[in-house]
Amino acid sequence: MLSATTRVSQVTPLAITAYTATTALGHGRDAQYAALRARRSGLRRNDFGEGTVAAAALETWIGRVEGVEDLRLPDSLADIDCRNNRLAWLALQQDGVFEATQALRARYGAERVAIAIGTSTSSIGCSEEAYTRFERDADDALVFPADLRRPLLHTPHSLGHFLQRATGLRGPCVTVATACSSSAKVFAQAARTIRAGLADAALVGGVDTLCGSVLFGFNALGLVSERPCLPFDARRDGLSLGEAGGYAILERIDDADDARIGLRLCGYGESSDAHHMSTPHPEGLGARNAMEEAIARAGIAPSDVGYLNLHGTATPANDTVEALAVAGLFADHPTLHASSTKGWTGHTLGAAGIVESVFALLALEHGLLPGMLGSEQRDPACGPQIRFDNAEGEIRYAMNNSFGFGGNNCSLVFGRV
Amino acid sequence: MSMPIDSLTARIEGIAFWSNGLPSWADAQAFVASGALPENAATKPSPQLLPPNERRRAPESVAVALDVALAACAMANRDPATLPSVFASTHGDLSITDYMCATLADDPRAISPTKFHNSVHNAAAGYWTIGAGCMRAATAISAYDASFAEGLIDALAQLADGAESVLLVGYDTGATGPLRSVHACTGLLGGALVLTRSDANASGPRLVASLGDGEASAHGPLGRHAGGNAMAPMLPVFDALAAHAPRVALHAGPGRALTLAFAYD
Repeated sequence: MLSATTRVSQVTPLAITAYTATTALGHGRDAQYAALRARRSGLRRNDFGEGTVAAAALETWIGRVEGVEDLRLPDSLADIDCRNNRLAWLALQQDGVFEATQALRARYGAERVAIAIGTSTSSIGCSEEAYTRFERDADDALVFPADLRRPLLHTPHSLGHFLQRATGLRGPCVTVATACSSSAKVFAQAARTIRAGLADAALVGGVDTLCGSVLFGFNALGLVSERPCLPFDARRDGLSLGEAGGYAILERIDDADDARIGLRLCGYGESSDAHHMSTPHPEGLGARNAMEEAIARAGIAPSDVGYLNLHGTATPANDTVEALAVAGLFADHPTLHASSTKGWTGHTLGAAGIVESVFALLALEHGLLPGMLGSEQRDPACGPQIRFDNAEGEIRYAMNNSFGFGGNNCSLVFGRV
Repeated sequence: MSMPIDSLTARIEGIAFWSNGLPSWADAQAFVASGALPENAATKPSPQLLPPNERRRAPESVAVALDVALAACAMANRDPATLPSVFASTHGDLSITDYMCATLADDPRAISPTKFHNSVHNAAAGYWTIGAGCMRAATAISAYDASFAEGLIDALAQLADGAESVLLVGYDTGATGPLRSVHACTGLLGGALVLTRSDANASGPRLVASLGDGEASAHGPLGRHAGGNAMAPMLPVFDALAAHAPRVALHAGPGRALTLAFAYD
């Protein structure tokens, strides 16, 4: 097949005028930065769930966000209250992002601002709960309890719908659900929408909350570790699951009122492994294609990349294959600093793309290049690019990799001017 | 501020359709023309892209999506391995959601690993790229009742972003179990289009799309036939293409419509 670089040409970068993340490390950007710098993990012993999910007591560590249970949504959104939407709202209130959406509305008009939001399970936690307390209707059929008989909570677009109502934005509004690449792909989706003239700006991001489906689903696949995850460590034996929410705002550079922070979305690359539903391509071909395409769209060389946030789930297969792809693409760039931050946050699934894009943007803004937490014994597949220690240094370009089930890959290149 | 450009264009090189009673685009066209349903119609889609043992076990959502995706590529005479794809589905596979929730409520440790990886919204996209040997980008989206319109918007945006040709697939399953109390969703439905840049050497109806405030067109014969499925908001497009109608509007979110103007050579 053709290599990725022959297919795409350089694109005009977009300005990133606001960005935020809320994870087990805390609410908002400063909390992420402080924990990354202090090498303080947000993982804790699994204390998630109720009923059968709690009783089955999965032995693992999780990245759970504090304060979601106590949060109250505005009355205008009370009819779509659920744990995922609470986290969506909590994350939206950080770092001025909600206010920025309202400024976009005023500046461009509500119908000219798109929403592209990623999630893997959206508010399926509500559907899971409904199955634990059925009612019976007049015909004796099992039905959802009255308080959960709200169709828009039991469908993937629950999240996009929530944000549409919470922000009042009326442009194209899409929930992207490609498992763990979801909230990286939203950057590509929104960039295309803006470039095609269908919107002037976009709110992108992702929100995923812990739920029984992912805890016991990944457990069924034998991919959950009983210990805090150890990305790229020879002893790694699986992932730690987490939850998170985060957002960024994209605008054309010439239009952006607030390009002062000088952050850019420079390139995006998407590919498929065409290999297996839950196992990556053995040579990392899909991963490499996505990275090459992102670098080609950014119009840079691999040696220009200063930091690469790896997908790095700490499953045996993912990290070996990703290490191979990185060693191949960056063979002439041994000083690249590449790391997985899953030891801080856990694998936040459909939110991993935005969380780790925020970490890449923090690296650009503050020169903090995170290493890895917990990992000590390098896997033999790791090239010199893969780093366990934090480092500091001014960089111009940072990348993020996000790979999902179905062999669905996305890489992003961010820059600073 | 740049001027808004609200229209996008493409050629529709391939069209495919599957619903209960109308298991092909030819059947759908005949039904729109004459009201006739085919005799002995296949009751289940048969996705030829999958090996026979997987074909039987494939979730309904995957089966219908792959069936129409392959048929649309065949009509367009495009190699499936060369096309980026957009898979739009309101709910994904409701019978798998039913299985996951019921098993979690009963015995969480009994969850089947295969059912779990089939529960992702991009399961059909994943099986498609694996079956077709396609390493191009594939996405899976939902926008509730605007899913097909939003999928079409993304497919057109991908053409504007440099792709020569894009596969768009819309599909949904019926609700099973207690989910029926929230989703009055019946039958199995899939539709697919292969959209190609209007400046490429391609044949098929021309499409010009524009997004604005408005309402969806009323249902035609296909809409009345398969209107119980959650992907029914896509049916005005297939009714229009079957009847060679010049214009149709799709629901594209609250108060919004994607208007499509067609020209037939």
